[in-house]
Amino acid sequence: MVNKRIDEPTGTETVGHEWDGIEELDTPMPRWWLWTLYLTIVWGIVYVILYPAWPMVDKATAGVLGWSSRGELAREMSVADQARASVREQLARTPIERLPEDSKLFAQAVAGGRSAYQVYCSQCHGSGGAGSQTLGYPNLNDDDWLWGGDLKAIHYTITNGIRAPGIKETRTSAMPPFETMFEPAQFEALLSHVMALSGKGSANSAGAQIFRDNCATCHGPSGEGMRLVGGPRLNDAIWLYGGTRDDIRAQIQKPRMGHMPQWGTRLDPVTIKMLSAYVWSLGGGENFVEAAADPAVKVDGEP
Amino acid sequence: MQAETALGRAGLWFGIMLVAIVGVATARDTGFAAHATIIAIVAFVLMCMAVTRFDPLGSARGFFRMPEGPSRYDDDPIRWGVLATMFWAIVGMLAGVFIASQLAFPELNFGPYLNFGRVRPLHTSGVIFAFGGNILIASSFYVVQRTCRAQLAFPALARFVFWGYQLFIVLAASGYLFGVTQSREYAEPEWYVDLWLTIVWVAYLIVFVGTLARRTEPHIYVANWFYLSFIITIAMLHIVNNLAVPVAWNGSLSYSAFAGVQDALTQWWYGHNAVAFFLTVPFLAMMYYFVPKQAERPVYSYRLSIIHFWSLIFLYIWAGPHHLHYTALPDWAQTLGMVFSVILWMPSWGGMINGLMTLNGAWDKVRTDPIIRMMVMALAFYGMATFEGPMLSIKAVNSLSHYTDWTVGHVHSGALGWNGLISFAAVYFLVPRLWRRERMYSLRMINWHFWLATLGIVFYAASMWVAGITQGLMWREYGPDGYLVNSFAETVAALHPLYIIRTVGGAMYLAGALIMGFNIWMTISGRLREEAPMGAMPAYDPDKDRPVPRPAALEPAE
Repeated sequence: MVNKRIDEPTGTETVGHEWDGIEELDTPMPRWWLWTLYLTIVWGIVYVILYPAWPMVDKATAGVLGWSSRGELAREMSVADQARASVREQLARTPIERLPEDSKLFAQAVAGGRSAYQVYCSQCHGSGGAGSQTLGYPNLNDDDWLWGGDLKAIHYTITNGIRAPGIKETRTSAMPPFETMFEPAQFEALLSHVMALSGKGSANSAGAQIFRDNCATCHGPSGEGMRLVGGPRLNDAIWLYGGTRDDIRAQIQKPRMGHMPQWGTRLDPVTIKMLSAYVWSLGGGENFVEAAADPAVKVDGEP
Repeated sequence: MQAETALGRAGLWFGIMLVAIVGVATARDTGFAAHATIIAIVAFVLMCMAVTRFDPLGSARGFFRMPEGPSRYDDDPIRWGVLATMFWAIVGMLAGVFIASQLAFPELNFGPYLNFGRVRPLHTSGVIFAFGGNILIASSFYVVQRTCRAQLAFPALARFVFWGYQLFIVLAASGYLFGVTQSREYAEPEWYVDLWLTIVWVAYLIVFVGTLARRTEPHIYVANWFYLSFIITIAMLHIVNNLAVPVAWNGSLSYSAFAGVQDALTQWWYGHNAVAFFLTVPFLAMMYYFVPKQAERPVYSYRLSIIHFWSLIFLYIWAGPHHLHYTALPDWAQTLGMVFSVILWMPSWGGMINGLMTLNGAWDKVRTDPIIRMMVMALAFYGMATFEGPMLSIKAVNSLSHYTDWTVGHVHSGALGWNGLISFAAVYFLVPRLWRRERMYSLRMINWHFWLATLGIVFYAASMWVAGITQGLMWREYGPDGYLVNSFAETVAALHPLYIIRTVGGAMYLAGALIMGFNIWMTISGRLREEAPMGAMPAYDPDKDRPVPRPAALEPAE
């Protein structure tokens, strides 16, 4: 059945078979194709001599270059670690409150802190530090601080966490549920007073009296907050669990209270310093001078 | 059919239905119960059919009709296959557009059944195994008959292959939504579905080899080498990768026979060769038949076809480890995967050269024939994807591209560009011949489909290239102080616009497939659209499209 013929448009001979009308030309393989194939084969042979390739009885050939992926990783990591070693040593030596004095070291701490923040903190506080009002994660960009916003206070908070179980030094406080404590009318009066503190509701003496008796101990007489016990400031426009009348009512009736892990048992001290510097740098960080001027905050001792 | 046979068959289906009902009643999980229900329903339908078919007069028509006679090719399973191809193409691509939208707008996750994690395997299996698998089985049955000049061997078994494969698809797809998965990419179906597919696949092999054995041509055509290597290798890959121990005979859960990095390597040996022997080799078989037929030109080079076939199948099987660069896989195995992948470049391109150069002497048809245009674009994307593949397998490139959307873009330029377009072209070739129509309902609609698909791929691939490289660079970006600059969430935010562009590209591709569905519907219903002609289609003479009669079986006078 061999029926060779010359194909007219290409001038090439056919192989001489035919299947359902399909013939095949006897064109030689393109030179460039063949040579590129040979080239890749030669490259492959060279590569398997240079790099780990041939599995033997116990282990594979190591390759002339002695390269290994674990070796490469170890080398790159040690180069990176060495590049950071001097900075880490300096950070370890520098007390947290003196960090801003060395602006270069401080910038490096902020860069490292940002990197660590994105891994450990962004899940709750958001990748930009904006927190979440619905979930009750504090915004770190503003200058409203529950437990203090100077470097040292932030450092303490990160190290020991908030309401962290089993940690003696953890920051802790609790707001009692007021659900069954007042008559409905009293409640509305209190709500109006609390909203009036930030200029949103109508001030009234009944509400003010209830506030003085029940709330001022922790939130301060004019709602300025009390960092010693983590009593949130009520006379500004910033709210942790929302600032509408309903939000505030819900929070008074059945208070939600957040938790933060104690990072001191999870991260090394230098990373915590860097994290503190980063959070402090976000925009709301307070100076020691200002903080010290506030009698409610003992800057140098434990808050 | 004899009464005893009918009764025997009905009894067999009744038995299977009982076993399935026991499975429903005792199932350990709802997914297994749902699957057993599907099997029970199928068995019930088949039992009813076996009983009603006991009608000596009215057996001629229906889904289980046997070939018309020895003077015709056995085309019924191919007709069903083409319809199933179109149906699953639209289902699979719709799932794809849906999950692409979910990635851009996570609010679209409607749990638990329509979560991304469940619809994603529905999309991948839908387009690869349902759309791809159906056109491969259908086209292989078509091509092997024509190029062997013989009728399909074991017609009953061929029908079993078609329906058995559809049952496999339904079990797999419904399982994903119910949460039945063994969590192996592209091999998600659980143990009992795997066993079923093994049976179907062996039947497929028997039909194909049986037809080759009946051939009246002295030589086996190149397309059949490719189809045969596909069927054999997929059987091997499927069985080895799915070796697993079921937890219980009435539950869907099973555990892999392999552990740790051995398990990972087995999975990617399978996964990469699913790309090789499912998405490359048999689609080249389609190319080797449909391109010369549509262009009416001889294949460019017989010698090239031999060398590139053997080098392709020898090299491809080793390339899997390149999916595990920089992992716990030993360095020597990573080297193996990378070296074989790079050498694979030219053998892959051999198919593209043979396809494109077959148009020598007929290049003018690219201007006039939208089907040829589709084939040329398919081969161009094949060439691009098989250059990109070896490049991405190089460790230095892979360290940037791995785990990013670049891989997704690479896969889709191959899947949408190569597999999709060559399959569409084959379907456009097949439909008028299978339903004995003069031509497709509208050639201009094929042209519309071509441009929608091509532009869709460009949007898709380009946005994923940019997304992948952006992602890779952001992940590895270190600040001057030696710390990582970006968090994962920031890279996700950066990709949002690109994910939207990708969704638009996918929707355009789906729109093209919908136009195709309409075009095929109208063609089958016997309509011809009145439109300005686009160019001559290759000549087709139904009277010559016949097997060479076998000497033993005398042909009845017509």
